[in-house]
Amino acid sequence: MNRAAALAILFGLLAAGCATTPTELSSPPTTYETGVDPEAWVVVPSGEFLSGMHDHELSVERDYEIMVTDVTNEQYALYLNEALAAGTIEISDGEVVGYYPGDEFHGGNHEERIDAGDWLHLPAEDPGLRLAYDGSTFSALPGFENHPMVMVTWFGAKAYCEFNDGRLPSELEWEKAARGTDGRPYPWGDDIERNHANYYSSHDLFEKIVGGQGLTTPVGFYNGNTYDGYQTLTATSPYGLYDMAGNVWQWTADDYEDQHYRYLRGGSKAEYGYNLRVWTRNSAGPEYFSPSVGFRCVQDSME
Amino acid sequence: MTERFHYLFQSTKGLALVAMAMVALVTALFGLLSGPMVEWGVTDFVLDITGMELIPAEREGRIVMLYHAIAMAMVAIMVYFITGIVAMEKHQRSMINATVTVGYLTSMICGLVFAYFGHNFIVHGLFLVGMSLMFFSGILLTVALWPFGKKYRLHDKDYSSTRGGIDLTRVAFFTMAIAMLGSAMFGAVSGSYWGNGHETFLAEDLIREPHKNPLELAIIGHLHIMLTLVAVALTLVIGRWVDFKGVLHKIAMPMMILGTIVITLGVWAVVPFEPIAHTIIYVGSVLVMLSALMLVIYTWRRQIRLGLEAKGIEKGNLGQKFRALFHDALPFGATWQMVFMNFTVSGVGIFMAVRLDEIFRVWPAREERIVLTGHWHILSGIIATIILLYYADLAGLKGKARNWFGYLIIIGSDIAFLSVTIFEMKRLFVTESAQQPVVNWTMLLADLGLGLVLTVLAIFMIWKLADLLKRKGRWSEQLAEARSSGEIPPPELEPVPLTPAVEGQEAPR
Repeated sequence: MNRAAALAILFGLLAAGCATTPTELSSPPTTYETGVDPEAWVVVPSGEFLSGMHDHELSVERDYEIMVTDVTNEQYALYLNEALAAGTIEISDGEVVGYYPGDEFHGGNHEERIDAGDWLHLPAEDPGLRLAYDGSTFSALPGFENHPMVMVTWFGAKAYCEFNDGRLPSELEWEKAARGTDGRPYPWGDDIERNHANYYSSHDLFEKIVGGQGLTTPVGFYNGNTYDGYQTLTATSPYGLYDMAGNVWQWTADDYEDQHYRYLRGGSKAEYGYNLRVWTRNSAGPEYFSPSVGFRCVQDSME
Repeated sequence: MTERFHYLFQSTKGLALVAMAMVALVTALFGLLSGPMVEWGVTDFVLDITGMELIPAEREGRIVMLYHAIAMAMVAIMVYFITGIVAMEKHQRSMINATVTVGYLTSMICGLVFAYFGHNFIVHGLFLVGMSLMFFSGILLTVALWPFGKKYRLHDKDYSSTRGGIDLTRVAFFTMAIAMLGSAMFGAVSGSYWGNGHETFLAEDLIREPHKNPLELAIIGHLHIMLTLVAVALTLVIGRWVDFKGVLHKIAMPMMILGTIVITLGVWAVVPFEPIAHTIIYVGSVLVMLSALMLVIYTWRRQIRLGLEAKGIEKGNLGQKFRALFHDALPFGATWQMVFMNFTVSGVGIFMAVRLDEIFRVWPAREERIVLTGHWHILSGIIATIILLYYADLAGLKGKARNWFGYLIIIGSDIAFLSVTIFEMKRLFVTESAQQPVVNWTMLLADLGLGLVLTVLAIFMIWKLADLLKRKGRWSEQLAEARSSGEIPPPELEPVPLTPAVEGQEAPR
């Protein structure tokens, strides 16, 4: 009897431990205006910087402009509507697809062929997507308008940037924009505090709402403002970029020889803090999508 | 006090206890720097009171040092076990144990001080001295294990031997020792280029690099083969413990020897012949695993026989045999963990290898990385639990406490390892959008399982500590046993006053 009671208490505790965590991801979150303009761009100058964990001196050859924030759901929804109208993408079997001219195949170990043809840009019906589609128009889900666009493949990210006369950043461009020239490990400096970025167990407002992996935070959220009593720290990079660590991984452009993988940088809401160090890399096939993956664009500087 | 010192630093049981205590202390302290401890804010508190310096760019280096610190103690424990059960000269046993003890303590303490408390390169030098002593003790062990002399010929036909009487279990130990020396060199050569062409990295961060340089390949090979050889050594130790013999032993030992050689050569071939190295490793692995399977079959049969004998049953039915199998948690647990390893380590590894491009390389690198790190953390954890079960027997754990200890270790660790396996393979059955309940449950169960193991271990260590505080505790009996068996020398004689040597007369010693 005692043993049965002990077991019942143990299972009760286990169930309580798990049940206290709300996991409903689709309910609208509170809207927070950050005051950061997702349409803003900044110039990153050409020149040397310290790259990687071991601070190798590398160089970016040309000045370039980069978006101050990740592309938002609202921006991407607008693009989808325009691109659908222009015919550069289409919806097929619940998926947004578009043409890609293919990669050169080198026959590297584990390299997969990326042939010319229509490739997935995003799954239009996945619950992780923060967009709604009414049969003719895409729109951002309420409360997610200023959150970063997620569930987008490398093809979808590249298509967005090119549609808007830009391109995805190379890994080098991304890293220089994130850390500047002084070799810092995080965009804002040498150490990470919970209020610097959205990462696993950072206890941000959206993690408290949802629990566990939590939600994305609005772009530019970590700007020193206080939201409902939650004080954020200013977490901009030396060039004034937001969210270069945490929130969502960001696609980069490079297509390296002997592999089909594309690289992602910056860590995400689902990663521990140490994975937000600016040199941390992730990689996936270009058709990969996730609730923790987004992007931002660059363009060659006009100045 | 002197007697306790002799027990702790001369007898197999005492030496292994000290090394286990050191691993427990290091695990307890450095375990506070990661995982849920970060989430709960414990890490910040520990950093404040210890003055540790955790520079973000040095995390990988710190982890490499921490792995080595724990691995050195584990290797020392294996050396103690081997010198305790394999026949060798007394002076060889003393010399090997002394060298490996100084080696692991020096490398462990100095390595961690260097990595976590600023970078004093004198301390780093001492770390290297410790590692060198570990290597030297390995050479001494290999010499002591030399199997081809006439002195250690076998005359008992129940055990695996050549026609000329060469003891094949001894050959297996000898082969493992040589393989480990070569494999240590494999890592040491790369390490010697540190700061001079070689940069610190974690192997799991390079998995998708299509072109790895020879130093990187050597280190990836080194870490795999060292863990494998520790597992081989432990399998041989467990074989001695359960008195592995008979037909299965005669088949298993040649396979273990050949498998050890093949798997080691396969790993060494990673640098010059990477494309075929994996095939060679698979062949060696099959031989080693079949050999371990024979040990498991033998042990379980023995368990059933002994269990039935204990109950006075001559020929039991299926149910009685089943209960008899579980009558002693320690040998059953040690071999069960070897079987369980197939579900959580070997099975996962083989599935990964077979479906790499179709499944695992479709996942993002971070997901593949989780599988890899989970996979080998589990292997290390399983090895640690087998060591604990074996040591509990050495320590004289008997009666109900023996079975409670054994089964709680098995249940706790297996719940944890199974949960981690489900966690790392979750993408096979749940999307990222819907994964949170799976993550919550598996993480909770893993923490509970590990918590149970660590609690049981803590109780065991407190029991040993309390025993040491007694004047005539078990430790004194074990010390007396070690002396009577010749494992360690008798107590020192009364000191003789030194007198000036007279010509033609020997000075007193």
